[in-house]
Amino acid sequence: MIFRIILFTLICLPISAYSSSIKVHERILKNGLKVLVKEDHRSPVVVSQVWYKVGSSYEPNGITGVSHMLEHMMFKGTEKYPIGEFSRIIAENGGNENAFTGRDYTAYFQTMEKSRLEVSFKLEADRMRNLRLDPKELKKELEVVTEERRMRTDDKPRSKTQEYFMAMAFTNSPYKNPVIGWPSDIANYQVEDLQQWYERWYAPNNATLVVAGDVKHNKVFALAEKYFSELKTSKIKQIKPRAELEQLGVRKTTIKLPAKLPYILMGYKVPVLNTIEDESEAYALEVLAGILDGGSSARLASKLVRGSQIAVAAGAGYNMISRLPDLFMLDATPAEGKTVFDMEYALKEEINVLKRELVSDNELQRVKAQVLASAVYEKDSNFYQAMQLGMLETIGMGWKKADEYVDKVNQITAEQIRKVARKYLLEENLNIAYLEPQPITKQKRTNKVAGGRHAN
Amino acid sequence: MRINFIGLLFLLFSQSSFSAAKIEQWKTSQGTPVFYIEATGLPMVDIQVVFDAGSARDDHQKGIAALTSLLLDTGAGAWNADEIAQRFESVGAQFGTSVSRDNASVSLRSLTDPKLLNKALLTMQTILSQPTFNKNDFQREKNRTLAGLKHREESPGAIASIEFFKAIYKNHPYAHPTEGNIETVSGFSEDDIKSFYTQYYVSKNAMVVIVGDMDKQQAMATAESLVSNLSSGNAPSALPEVNLVSKGSNKHIEFPSTQTHVLAGLIGMDRKDPNYFDFYVGNHILGGSGLVSQLFKEVREKKGLAYSASSHFSPMLKKGPFTMGLQTRNNQTKQAVDVMQKTLRNFVSHGPTEEELIAAKKNITGGFAIRFDTNSKLTSYVAMIGFYKLPLDYLDAFQKKVEAITVSSIKNAFQKRIKPENIHTITVGGKN
Repeated sequence: MIFRIILFTLICLPISAYSSSIKVHERILKNGLKVLVKEDHRSPVVVSQVWYKVGSSYEPNGITGVSHMLEHMMFKGTEKYPIGEFSRIIAENGGNENAFTGRDYTAYFQTMEKSRLEVSFKLEADRMRNLRLDPKELKKELEVVTEERRMRTDDKPRSKTQEYFMAMAFTNSPYKNPVIGWPSDIANYQVEDLQQWYERWYAPNNATLVVAGDVKHNKVFALAEKYFSELKTSKIKQIKPRAELEQLGVRKTTIKLPAKLPYILMGYKVPVLNTIEDESEAYALEVLAGILDGGSSARLASKLVRGSQIAVAAGAGYNMISRLPDLFMLDATPAEGKTVFDMEYALKEEINVLKRELVSDNELQRVKAQVLASAVYEKDSNFYQAMQLGMLETIGMGWKKADEYVDKVNQITAEQIRKVARKYLLEENLNIAYLEPQPITKQKRTNKVAGGRHAN
Repeated sequence: MRINFIGLLFLLFSQSSFSAAKIEQWKTSQGTPVFYIEATGLPMVDIQVVFDAGSARDDHQKGIAALTSLLLDTGAGAWNADEIAQRFESVGAQFGTSVSRDNASVSLRSLTDPKLLNKALLTMQTILSQPTFNKNDFQREKNRTLAGLKHREESPGAIASIEFFKAIYKNHPYAHPTEGNIETVSGFSEDDIKSFYTQYYVSKNAMVVIVGDMDKQQAMATAESLVSNLSSGNAPSALPEVNLVSKGSNKHIEFPSTQTHVLAGLIGMDRKDPNYFDFYVGNHILGGSGLVSQLFKEVREKKGLAYSASSHFSPMLKKGPFTMGLQTRNNQTKQAVDVMQKTLRNFVSHGPTEEELIAAKKNITGGFAIRFDTNSKLTSYVAMIGFYKLPLDYLDAFQKKVEAITVSSIKNAFQKRIKPENIHTITVGGKN
């Protein structure tokens, strides 16, 4: 089994790099719907995605997870296309479809043979304004979401650790809440909550339509005009900033759950591209993450997993694309005989080295070569490219940021990396969660429970 | 109307850079088959070398195939693990190894700029032919594997899967999990790894897949260089057949989770099964088509019992399983299992409706191009076609074979093979 650690399950697909050079066509319809088209004629297929500017970070307490719940309910029918029709019609036209919700967005997508794009537009336009919310369906779907929560979080020690970790790290920022919502909130949604949420956010002037594939942009614009341009707008009220408080010292928590391996999560509060004064600092943090964890030759794999062998796995990640300030994350699983506290010490030492010493030319070139190559590899997937555009646009940075990525990364120097390490990766901004495994079955206590039993 | 559309689809394919019809095949001077598609458009190439060296070849050393695969890039020729990783990553190449029950793959994705590609290729070639398997790396990766095996015990889903394969495969080489067990892996020495490598990573047991922006001359030279230093060796003897007759069973494993994970199924079919398309299309309707399948509708849409409910066939070299799965909160497990069983029984006795069959065919043929619209997906298809020795026009013939399926051909195939009384059901979860 290859040991894999997934950071940032909070958003569905983290973006690691962006591509340039393929042209994006943009048109804004009279009702404010922004349409983006990226042509790629390698295969007779088209991806269509509708992105709404709403996600769990927009939600007030008491109805956390309502964006995700609404995403489920969006498959429950309209006047024109009653329950089941949407999916039946997409399937009949050979399409794949689904939807995803993140902290800052909710998106719906179909992948179709290129001549069927119109089918997707017709259906998405209809459910943008005409959803019929039925209390009986909500009651049932609420159970489905509860099962989803059990599967994704409640029965997974590491996911649960992550959830508690975020709730501890943030005080006022809505990033403290899980995308799927807290159990008691999920259990108590009323159909009015969903209705209000739908009316408030689902409108053409709060959405972006992204199309990528074997299409002609002018034809896509005409089709979008036909199906979406008559949809009514909503008055979109700005949400409150909910600025996070300054952190005044390290925060730690211990999570005790039935599990087999100890685990540590660490996160420094850092700005993101959207909130940072000097953008180059965000790119420097991005490259810094690559120095630590950009592949098997990066420092964590080379030094902690293979060198000292104190970790069976170690990772680092920075998600520069979010609406609000986020965390620079580190995580690790100690090797047999080592503890989460050994891990904490070793990870901090790696951060200290970054503050003391300039990274080598070789390491910097390696990260840049990877970014350059990824920009080509990513073009293999229209879905991924559409995601980049939709996410950047929805988070409020504008899709054009995608074009800058490779250049901006290329300009980063060793000095800039050391500078952001010294400026942001500070003990007083640090949050730590330790997963302390508890026995899974009572009978199996003959073996010693692996490390991490120290009381904190 | 649909026929016109299919005609159009093929026309477009033949203009497009990676037509399904254009798999080319040849053998290297050592006799290793090569499968190649030229896909221009992006300056990149995907390369795989695949061996019949999956966990079905473990014998009693369960997990040896996986650990061998994991160790390949930890030392080769004069390079150690750091140097190997640097050689790939300094040119932006992505290298990986993986193992399934049937095979072991070594794969590379690289830019085609010769300066970059040549360095990556030389590294890959050295890994394939001169891995060092030194003691320190062996011990470390063994320890990491053992930690992974421990971690697996945290997951009710993983436990269910292990028990399910054990229940339906008994003593067959498919019975154990690819990554092995703590007891077996603990006993490995680096010599065991070396002898597994020596026996199975040989040119007579290999095939090469190349998909990308590389002309045929280059592809021929590339394939030649990758396998030319392998020792010739022998192809292993065929895996034992899977015994089909096995009365169904139920097994529950207590686990402190809020949900119970359910897996139910039996021995299904191999890649070359004459009823392949009956099962494929039938399962699409029963539980393979996501939001519109029968299981999804019955378990989730109508009753809200689970987040996911699905079924699938996993065709392999020998007969792979047919599996249905769901997860539900502990105290409604019985209800969910009942719905699942009832849905299956109903499907087996009546088959799909004519309407369901038409809808499934429209979905499969209408979305056919989506199956290989990226180089990644195309590479997987070509590897599958090559490894299982399927006809090279497999993708072209696919739609016609789907169109030929009828309600009664599905019903007959399911009634012969998927007998509800032979279903093995595994539940892993908390007290009901």
